[in-house]
Amino acid sequence: MQTHKAKRVEITIEAVMERRLAESLEKVGVTGFTILPVLGGSGRSGRWSREGQVSRASGMINVVCIIRPERLDSLLDAAFGVLDRHIGVVSVTDCEVLRAERF
Amino acid sequence: MDGILALAAENLISPIILFFALGFAAAFARSDLSVPEAVAKGLSLYLLLAIGFKGGASVAAHGVDATLIMSLLAGLVLSFVLPFVAFGLLRMITGLSVIDAAAVAAHYGSISIVTFVTASSVLTAAGLVFEGYMVAVAAVMEAPAILSALWLVARAGRPATGSHGGSGRGLDAELLREILLNGSIVLLIGAFAIGAITGQEGLARIEAFIVAPFQGVLCLFLLDMGLVAGRGLRDTRGLLRPGLLAFGILMPLTGATLGLVAGGLLGLSVGGIMLMMTVSASASYIAVPAAMRVALPEANPAIYLTLALGITFPFNLTIGIPIYLAVAKVIFGG
Repeated sequence: MQTHKAKRVEITIEAVMERRLAESLEKVGVTGFTILPVLGGSGRSGRWSREGQVSRASGMINVVCIIRPERLDSLLDAAFGVLDRHIGVVSVTDCEVLRAERF
Repeated sequence: MDGILALAAENLISPIILFFALGFAAAFARSDLSVPEAVAKGLSLYLLLAIGFKGGASVAAHGVDATLIMSLLAGLVLSFVLPFVAFGLLRMITGLSVIDAAAVAAHYGSISIVTFVTASSVLTAAGLVFEGYMVAVAAVMEAPAILSALWLVARAGRPATGSHGGSGRGLDAELLREILLNGSIVLLIGAFAIGAITGQEGLARIEAFIVAPFQGVLCLFLLDMGLVAGRGLRDTRGLLRPGLLAFGILMPLTGATLGLVAGGLLGLSVGGIMLMMTVSASASYIAVPAAMRVALPEANPAIYLTLALGITFPFNLTIGIPIYLAVAKVIFGG
């Protein structure tokens, strides 16, 4: 089966920034992404868990976008505008998709 | 003094406090006891609806007077002023940076609605009445402190701190909307308005839902809050230096004193004064932390969450509330 090259961008960011990030991505034409809850993890501030969080202040989310390679720069610029001073990780990996017209 | 101790002891063996203590102890013992996230959310919605509606129905029964307006104004002023007091105290007794101190101060100017609900429940159990509009006073005290804290940071020229450096987003229109329209405030004010519109007749219709089960639901909710506070404190207790620990106890007592003065000047009932003291003494751990993450991302969330939720919230629940009630009773009778 034929596959097409694409970029998979994964952004782990504070939950309070979810809407701002989503709107920022939509502004640059990235309308396809998936937002996943994050159960917990470990980072520069030590271990944390979603368990027992009464506020969205310390929760994290994971945003996954798969896009055509030529759209990567505008997506990263938009993401950086939101991430800026906030806790978060952005990673980009090469991937292949089956239906190129969808990305 | 004996009266205060007797009241404190009585409060400590009430079911709501014992369930809170159970959750706190279970978290420290690393038990797997937990309240599912959706259930905890549902319980908090119930409590907000019930306390808001009952407050509104009480206002409908007793009417609107000048004291109501003055109490709302007093709440607004207290919420603006308390962060300055907290900021000064923090800078004096802890080594916190301007940004961390301002972020913590915002929490102490705002309120904890769970502490308010618990205090009103203690008043009901003691057979004391209080002004129904105190719910609205609590609601107006939620947001102004955030503005004071941001002003404190702006005045200091937003010095870069920590590894992130630079400044945060500050207060934009979107953040302001999120703060003012956060779900808890909307439900609390909405239920208050519905209670005020439908009055005692409306209360009679849903009494079986919002009055009788209230204490039981509060027990379950405080069990969850005990688990949350215990876990938070267990995981971050290394952060708590003596100065911060002292602040977590001194600040609610300072806030309560200002609340006592305000309540006394307003001529509120003993129950109303105790609630004014309680909201002034409490610290937010839901609305303000989220706002601080957006507006002041350089501030360390572990400090303000641990202080508000791990120190001040349990202090108010177990020791603070009986002290505030006893002091209000001793000074203003009842």
